[in-house]
Amino acid sequence: MRRSTFMIGTGVVLAAIALLLLVNAGVGAERATIADARTGSLVATLGLTDLALFTEASYTRHPSLTDLNTPFQDSPLSFEHFPTGSLMQPPASLVHPHVAKY
Amino acid sequence: MSRSIERQLHLIDFTVGSILRRKGKNGALLLVYTLVIFVLASVLFFTRSLRTEVAAVLKNSPDIIVQRTLTGRYQFIPVRYADSLRSIRGIASIAPRLWGYYYDGGFGANYTLMVPTIDTVQSGTIDIGSGIAKLRKIGIGDIVPLIGYDGNPQTFTVAHILADESALVSADLILMSEADYRVFSRIPEGYATDLILTARNPREFPTIAEKITRLLPDTRPIVKNEILRTYDAVFSWRAGIIMLLFTVVILAFFIFSFDKATGLSAEERKEIGILKAIGWETGDVLAMKFWEGIAISLVAFFLGAIIAYAHVFFGGGFLFAPILKGWSTLYPSFTLAAHVNAGDLFALFFLSVVPYTIATIAPAWRVAVIDPDAVMR
Repeated sequence: MRRSTFMIGTGVVLAAIALLLLVNAGVGAERATIADARTGSLVATLGLTDLALFTEASYTRHPSLTDLNTPFQDSPLSFEHFPTGSLMQPPASLVHPHVAKY
Repeated sequence: MSRSIERQLHLIDFTVGSILRRKGKNGALLLVYTLVIFVLASVLFFTRSLRTEVAAVLKNSPDIIVQRTLTGRYQFIPVRYADSLRSIRGIASIAPRLWGYYYDGGFGANYTLMVPTIDTVQSGTIDIGSGIAKLRKIGIGDIVPLIGYDGNPQTFTVAHILADESALVSADLILMSEADYRVFSRIPEGYATDLILTARNPREFPTIAEKITRLLPDTRPIVKNEILRTYDAVFSWRAGIIMLLFTVVILAFFIFSFDKATGLSAEERKEIGILKAIGWETGDVLAMKFWEGIAISLVAFFLGAIIAYAHVFFGGGFLFAPILKGWSTLYPSFTLAAHVNAGDLFALFFLSVVPYTIATIAPAWRVAVIDPDAVMR
């Protein structure tokens, strides 16, 4: 096989796979909308506020409800205990509290 | 076939041959380049999908949550506070919410206990999240003992398992009836964990929040926009952390590229000199280097992006999981829906393929314009 044919062929095959994945993403996103609607109704019914991603501590399980002192409340001057805390920013409401808007 | 296309095909033939002659160097370059694209694309895909999913799901969160604090500590909120809040115009409904945490010492996991605002759970039974069901290997009809406030176990029968597709928000949930929760936790009648409010007009959220703080100074209102902003910030931050961990790979790539951009090897200079001596024009040499840059960067771009897609959407982003999990024993098994943004991909393409191709052409041009005799000496 001619080398240029091989190179162009490789490019075309890779581009075709990438295109197929984009189509797959479109189909998946459509299906996800239905699942998200069902999850959304559970969120609305229970009044949920946070993701169950980091369940190790209250301020990582419900970061949107926490405040600045929760991670350090167990004893004054203590270091924060859980590693997730070092991988997360404080909640937006504390960094830019809504009262600051007035 | 037109002459110019045939000419380009011959140039590509020669370029591929030239790349294959330096298999080791070009292979290592392709590997690092693919790895860099893989990491960047994985982070892009992962955070974009998680953000889209979070925005779609959490837009149904309560409009405003009112907590009570005392010297910076959370306190149970008297349900009668709701009566005071009803005087604020714009509030459509107020409901007390009961919830808390439970540490399962046997499994080392934290659960979130909750009472549904519409009491759908029968006394003596619980609904559990799919994460708990998997962790404890329990199903509908099984009996679960939970240690109450007094240290005595109370038993509950599992009535339902919450759908796995909603695990992202419900993996660690235990839903129980209000009566059971009050007995279990000793939260007295007339008190709740917090109050959830719905407001008629989202633009009035901040005004209502301000009025709540003025009316009940010991409370702290949290509005829905802040919840969404929190998650936006969380994922930006985490994406940054992941990028930081992979900085070594990105640095290695820059060193490779810099090496290419600052000068050609003696062998490459000799090759260009010979090509010029046998009649190649400067334009031909540049075209050859252009095809070389395109060949390596396009293959790396497509390979990196395809592997990243498979990693995030088919493999559940298993390489990022340890970073995301933290110390959590109970982690939701969720499959992310692919939300790929064409803008992100184009940005990645132009930030990787274009600079690399230019970095390949620039030093070749410097050599190609010198007299072949001088180059070969």
